[in-house]
Amino acid sequence: MTRLQKLFSSKKDLLSIYYTAGYPQLNATRVVLDALQESGVDFVEIGMPFSDPLADGPVIQQSGTQALQNGMSLEVLLQQLADMRPGITMPVVLMGYLNPVLKFGMERFLERCAQVGVDGLILPDLPLENYLEEYRPLFERYGISNIFLITPQTPEERVRKLDAHSNSFLYMVSSAAVTGAKKGLSDFQLDYFRRIKAMQLQHPAVVGFGISDNESYKTVCQYAQGAIIGSAFVKLLEQAKDLKGEIQRFISEVKNGK
Amino acid sequence: MFHPNEKGFYGAYGGAYIPEMLIPNIEELRGKYLRILESDSFQKTYHHLLSDYAGRPSPLFKAERMSQRYQTNIWLKREDLNHTGSHKLNNTIGQILLAKEMGRRRIIAETGAGQHGVATATVCALMGLECVVYMGQTDMERQAPNVARMRMLGAEVRPALSGNRTLKDATNEALRDWIAHPTDTFYLIGSVVGPHPYPDLVARLQAVISSEIKQQLKEKIGTELPNYVLACVGGGSNAAGSFYHFLEHPSVQLIGTEAAGMGVESGETAASMACGEKGIIHGSMTYLMQDGDGQITEPYSISAGLDYPGIGPLHAFLKDSHRATYLPVTDAEALDAALELTRLEGIIPALESAHALAGLGKLRFKPTDQVVVTVSGRGDKDMKTYMEHFKLTEK
Ligand SMILES: Cc1ncc(COP(=O)(O)O)c(C=O)c1O
Repeated sequence: MTRLQKLFSSKKDLLSIYYTAGYPQLNATRVVLDALQESGVDFVEIGMPFSDPLADGPVIQQSGTQALQNGMSLEVLLQQLADMRPGITMPVVLMGYLNPVLKFGMERFLERCAQVGVDGLILPDLPLENYLEEYRPLFERYGISNIFLITPQTPEERVRKLDAHSNSFLYMVSSAAVTGAKKGLSDFQLDYFRRIKAMQLQHPAVVGFGISDNESYKTVCQYAQGAIIGSAFVKLLEQAKDLKGEIQRFISEVKNGK
Repeated sequence: MFHPNEKGFYGAYGGAYIPEMLIPNIEELRGKYLRILESDSFQKTYHHLLSDYAGRPSPLFKAERMSQRYQTNIWLKREDLNHTGSHKLNNTIGQILLAKEMGRRRIIAETGAGQHGVATATVCALMGLECVVYMGQTDMERQAPNVARMRMLGAEVRPALSGNRTLKDATNEALRDWIAHPTDTFYLIGSVVGPHPYPDLVARLQAVISSEIKQQLKEKIGTELPNYVLACVGGGSNAAGSFYHFLEHPSVQLIGTEAAGMGVESGETAASMACGEKGIIHGSMTYLMQDGDGQITEPYSISAGLDYPGIGPLHAFLKDSHRATYLPVTDAEALDAALELTRLEGIIPALESAHALAGLGKLRFKPTDQVVVTVSGRGDKDMKTYMEHFKLTEK
């Protein structure tokens, strides 16, 4: 079993955090990662900044722009993560856009990811069909899980197809939107969560986009195996004076309420 | 061989590299566009609007003084005389009919020079549909008359504030809007860029340009085929339309001119063919300007409509297969060409079109050659730039 499969088969109400590599400072990547593990987060997604992040709202866009100015790149990120294992025991997933990965070289990138102990990749602009045709054997060779998104508009048949080709979890985008923290979950969203739950998929789902606090985390955990918080956390990093302390407080509030 | 395969690839270029959020929309469009475009009712309304609303066919004008200057036969395809002042309306008329057929009530678009924004706002007014246009803040300043036109037409113009605040950034915002409005909104793309089927859709709608050129040449000189066709390329829609019906005729040399800005070596350029490499921009595999880490480079050109770091995948394919040639043209060369056409023929071209005209000075013609240059738009929107560079306000 992979690290991701072990986690998902052993625990409910998972809390995952997305944050941008190299933000707010270039060398914050490891500091934040360590603090998240200490705070009891279950797994993380580290954002690989891109000049033109189509699926991201203003907060993550801005953090990516800053990170690029700070000198972040795939090479720098892989070096920063080079000695994270075995200290970091939770699964680590990288999330970003296809062009920098292709420029780096898909195989070379997957190989390096495997070497440092990255567990999965989320590349929103790599559609399932292109993955199957061109890259699946490489992902399998290096044991990197490719994580697919599903959205409220994804037809049932396609959800089943994505589920069939997954080997860890499905990333359930909570609404038709780019990333960004929102207040409250609508009836439409709850219906969508119920509909996916009722499909009894082979793989667990985790809800992301628009999850920001204890209330939204608790709500989605009734329908899915966990939640991912992104923009709300990135916003905290932007203002944080004491990174470690504030991360601890934020995670504890999401898990336990104020 | 110049049509994309069913997955939207022209050779190695094209495709649809889009997030899952956009897949249902793109799938629907892909499933329907050819059937709708080829239907009798679409064809009838499209051609009716092209003739009675846009004023087509646009003239093919023999530019005698330009011909003398370049010692050849120069024909100007006058897209500047199209309603709203550019070729962009050919595409928006077609796509708005498609949007209506698909039951979409809200239209979004990106714009650089503002010509596509104006052409979109125009057809939305005509059809009574809601219209939101994204435009980079930099472009809103340098193409201010077009911002006012869009607003007068009832469109909402939303500034894009990321990057250099130009066409690339406006396109990002339009795509984000589409992600957030998956059911009621039609994204009316302005060039042969973006995920499949847009490059093919827009090329088909602009193909009217070359179909008219053929017919007009036949009437005027008894042959359908010129020796050269020149057009500027931003995303590449007026060039795709000008080339379309000549692609299968290898005797016709196809020349695209791209914006070199301050020069291809300067770092201040939008010449994605000369300076770019294969990669993905706005859902399409194509040539684009990027750095060693695969980050997209901010482009620069004096012409807002050409100030884009990518190019349509059809053109990437035409370049690699040597079916078309792409020449870089600097800001200064374009300005000279704009003044030359104005003084020799009494036609003030758009800055974009001036890049096509500047191509004339880079080629060697025979006196017997028939050379068609597409004047994609008129220069009214660029008067601010012309006033500055030609010192038109001084006594
Ligand atoms: C007059 C004119 N010509 C050309 C272009 C470039 O677009 P394309 O390359 O798609 O024809 C524009 C774009 O704004 C334009 O306004």
